[in-house]
Amino acid sequence: MKTNKHVVTIKGTKDGLTLFIDDSCSFDQVIEELNIKLSSSLVDKDQPMIRVNVQVGNRYLTSEQEEIIREMIRSKNNLVVNEIISNVITKQEAIEWKKDSEVHTVLKIVRSGQVVEVRGDLLLIGDVNPGGKISATGNIYVMGQLKGIAHAGSNGDREAVIAASYMKPSQLRIADLISRSPDYETDGVHMECAFIDPERDQIVIDRLQTLSKIRSHLSIVERRMVNG
Amino acid sequence: MGEAIVITSGKGGVGKTTTTANLGTALALMGKKVCLVDTDIGLRNLDVVMGLENRIIYDLVDVIKGRCKLNQALIRDKRFDCLHFLPAAQTSDKSEVTPEGMKRIIKQLKPDYDYILIDSPAGIELGYRNAVAGADKAIVVTTPEKSSVRDADRIIGLLEKENMDPPVLVINRIRNHMVKTGDMLDVDDIVTTLSIDLLGIIADDDEVIKASHHGEPVAFQPDTKASISYRNIARRILGEQVPLMAIEEDKGVFAKMKKFFGIGN
Repeated sequence: MKTNKHVVTIKGTKDGLTLFIDDSCSFDQVIEELNIKLSSSLVDKDQPMIRVNVQVGNRYLTSEQEEIIREMIRSKNNLVVNEIISNVITKQEAIEWKKDSEVHTVLKIVRSGQVVEVRGDLLLIGDVNPGGKISATGNIYVMGQLKGIAHAGSNGDREAVIAASYMKPSQLRIADLISRSPDYETDGVHMECAFIDPERDQIVIDRLQTLSKIRSHLSIVERRMVNG
Repeated sequence: MGEAIVITSGKGGVGKTTTTANLGTALALMGKKVCLVDTDIGLRNLDVVMGLENRIIYDLVDVIKGRCKLNQALIRDKRFDCLHFLPAAQTSDKSEVTPEGMKRIIKQLKPDYDYILIDSPAGIELGYRNAVAGADKAIVVTTPEKSSVRDADRIIGLLEKENMDPPVLVINRIRNHMVKTGDMLDVDDIVTTLSIDLLGIIADDDEVIKASHHGEPVAFQPDTKASISYRNIARRILGEQVPLMAIEEDKGVFAKMKKFFGIGN
């Protein structure tokens, strides 16, 4: 056993403290050393709260172990856990994560009375007719006419967007917000997108080109699509 | 072996029964053996439109319940020997007919006819499912109104789940002057929305109402607009390529002259 190597290393940055925890020792050792390191009083009582990030490297922590570490740090003066960062996740979590971020391609005309619901992003190649409904936990892209109801971010993701080649929806829903078509007759518009404007806290519709400015992270999706 | 075609719409009052009667008549005019089947139990109309009400002795429910043989219930049309008719029951409950029972009857009819046209009731419940059960193809009837297009869309969605060819569309009661002023959907709009093949269009014509009032399908008349439309649809069912008829209204002499000189629309 290596005794000279530190199991827990503490580094201070301008954002607070970072605890580096060695990933090759046992969890008991971690707890033991953490206790010692934290007990040697690092800060004065009258200092403001310090945010702590915990880097655990390639160690997988169960939620109980995570809670033990959080509890231990919290019990010390003026320390609060910001984030526990690990390089590894379980297969189960990986599968769930994949499901939430996958683009589901659906080739179909969604007719009146029909509902298409997916987890992750939805790429619909076809129309949504009046009375039809599509819903996704992620973003919605319609290559066709959107004339029915679309609900993006159905699990509450306010960052989700709805884009369509032809936008004339009866209702748009993003997370918990709803907007409906005006009561007067309107023509639809080609190539538009809808997203939540955080300042006004409501759904706004704009040219499709706006999307690259406000949601540049969506290009991840693009890359995924290219790579298959 | 004949082909069973169901005529349906979802919405009521768009002209399913009129279309069934007229397509049957038009196909019979071309010498095809046709059987019309009314599945609107409790609200039968096809017999009235065909003018055959007084000939009904047995009906569809009697056949299904085994109270009579199939050919005892079939009525021969008064105008054509090759056109037969199986009436719906007026007094029985519609739950007496099941999709399996309908399948059996249609299967029994198929060897004896070229075409079996099934008139469906409005709605999407049991009556509709019965009508669709034995069919190989479907014709969806709609009018250029939003509500009936919406219902047609719903029905097409349901028909796509059935084990049959993609449905085809008939647009009934088009009023050209209202389409022009934008107060009615035009044919292109409807076809784009529903995105199925168009089988035919029928102009709104008083002759249709007159004809059904007298129990004579309009397709029997030689030269009215609606009868030509129905006969064109029948020809398309037989596989002919027939262009869509213009639904322009007849204009006065003055308008025709303007058109001749190229100054009208």
